[in-house]
Amino acid sequence: MKKLMSGNAAAGEAAVLAGCTCYFGYPITPQNELTEYMAKRVPEAGGVFIQSESEIAAINMVLGASVAGARAMTSSSGPGISLKQEGISYLAADELPAVILNMVRGGPGMGNISPAQSDYLQATRGGGHGDYRTIVLAPSSVQEIADLMPLAFDLAEKYRNPVVVLGDGMLGQMMEPVEFDHIKKPEPVAKDYILTGAKGRPSRMVRSLIFDVKEQEEHNWKLARKFQRIEQNEVRYETHLVDDAELVVIAYGTAARIAKGAIARLRQEGLKVGMIRPITLWPFPTKIIQETSKTIHDFFVFEMSAGQLVEDVKLSLEGKGRVHFYGRPGGVIPTPVELFRIISRHCYQIQRVKKS
Amino acid sequence: MKKVYSRPKSLKPAHFHYCPGCGHSIVNRLIAEVIDEMNLGDKIICVAPAGCGMLIYNYFDVDCLESAHGRGAAVATGIKRVRPDNLVVSYQGDGDLAAIGTAESFHAANRGENITIIFVNNGVYGMTGGQMAPTTILDQVTTTTPVGRISEKAGHPVRMCEVLAVLDGTSYLERVAVHKPAAIVATKKALVKAFQHQMNKTGFSMVEILSPCPTNWKMDPLQACKWVEDVMSKQFPIGLVKEVQC
Ligand SMILES: Cc1ncc(C[n+]2csc(CCOP(=O)(O)OP(=O)(O)O)c2C)c(N)n1
Repeated sequence: MKKLMSGNAAAGEAAVLAGCTCYFGYPITPQNELTEYMAKRVPEAGGVFIQSESEIAAINMVLGASVAGARAMTSSSGPGISLKQEGISYLAADELPAVILNMVRGGPGMGNISPAQSDYLQATRGGGHGDYRTIVLAPSSVQEIADLMPLAFDLAEKYRNPVVVLGDGMLGQMMEPVEFDHIKKPEPVAKDYILTGAKGRPSRMVRSLIFDVKEQEEHNWKLARKFQRIEQNEVRYETHLVDDAELVVIAYGTAARIAKGAIARLRQEGLKVGMIRPITLWPFPTKIIQETSKTIHDFFVFEMSAGQLVEDVKLSLEGKGRVHFYGRPGGVIPTPVELFRIISRHCYQIQRVKKS
Repeated sequence: MKKVYSRPKSLKPAHFHYCPGCGHSIVNRLIAEVIDEMNLGDKIICVAPAGCGMLIYNYFDVDCLESAHGRGAAVATGIKRVRPDNLVVSYQGDGDLAAIGTAESFHAANRGENITIIFVNNGVYGMTGGQMAPTTILDQVTTTTPVGRISEKAGHPVRMCEVLAVLDGTSYLERVAVHKPAAIVATKKALVKAFQHQMNKTGFSMVEILSPCPTNWKMDPLQACKWVEDVMSKQFPIGLVKEVQC
């Protein structure tokens, strides 16, 4: 059955249905609806909810709950996510699962509370100190938030690594019909790394301090191999009208939705535009972009930032193809019509160059 | 022949890394003795700090987590809420507890989390080489207070037991020391009491332990013990600060 829900509330409901029993958070707009939803929903389901004293405390409570064996999550937006980076780095170092949801807002600094995609680099490069990555999932609808939350918990546990769900203020606050019927409670899995009190087994320690540089290097390589496995196995993306396209838009999340609207208009004008929408921002869908560049030479990156995703597109193309860019930072939400105009101009330019 | 002294079962056969005369090693041993005597080896989950106490997981043969600097009370909260029947103990120094981790300590105490903090107050940042701590007393020379701690510039020593005592969530707060045998005996009793409070779910418990740091105080171990007696315990009075019905 479908329910009309905000993205924030849907994220919470999906998390609980996926077996999340611990939520720790500190209020910040535009994700407060999630914290408020969890305040009611998690205790109802027999779990733990704490409004923490700060985002630093929240992520460390997540770490504690995770090391105790629970499925735990926290959520925030830009400024709060910056504070969580210390804990995220420790989670990655300790190889502990956790889900962190970022409903991105305009920044840097306090910025504003409008939707933005300006935390892309922070999310996809690890974000805190040290050699590590977080898996980054980027939904583009309320339904997809509900679909990706259970996946986030599964991947976090599968790889014992923090997973970031990267939305924005628009996705968090808009309401859409959403269905949860497909979400199954996870089978309980034995975790041989958690702390339960050393009953009938040798004692365990979970730590990230490794004084011996050789041992630390080994640990880093072990993490690196894990990240390679993730890159091989977990890339997710959607393609939209790419087969006959002469120009391919690359956009994620809210920007991808706006782009879809623009592409519908462009197609009406007879302009052959398609789209690749990364669903995992890390690991990045490099291969499909490379594949596409064998037949299509023009890529149009559209994001709600001054240019972050565009770096990964350029890295993927390795100098092949032409990269066009349109960004609107600061919490501005571009319209499909605006994007239609910009992209059509690029299309006509490309056609002119081709003719001459 | 009767054996009167041996290594506690819950101490691994490892060598402590602590400097000669350091109070941490006495505190570690006392904790291990209490774990053994109260039969807590399969129940306790220890949280190690950033600080000289961080390697406790190499010594205690029990489940241990290493926390980020100052976040002990927050991670202990997360563990305890998931596993309310375990005994969750966070081991912290003064910089860890009362500077970088003040917010986490204060609010865990205020929520009345059923956790125990073992707070080793040695008046300096031992691990990083003897810088000023929030508990450094006035006029005490450290590497970052070369002419002594001056309140106008560097504030006053923080009495954490008294600070937390005003919070309704705290259940047991006692200040003890490990500079002489009688004090060591009292410290062990305080640890037992704190663990009992946690097991009875009465709220937040903390034992603050005045602990000599000869290396960073630039004293020999005997002088350091005398300094705890003559100077430090004047600033941080030894004794029970708060106890609610257990
Ligand atoms: C975020 C962060 N800042 C600084 C440090 C460096 N550091 C490690 S231990 C420590 C101070 C320890 O002093 P204290 O808590 O008093 O414990 P002691 O070593 O004296 O027992 C500092 C500053 C760190 N590990 N993490």
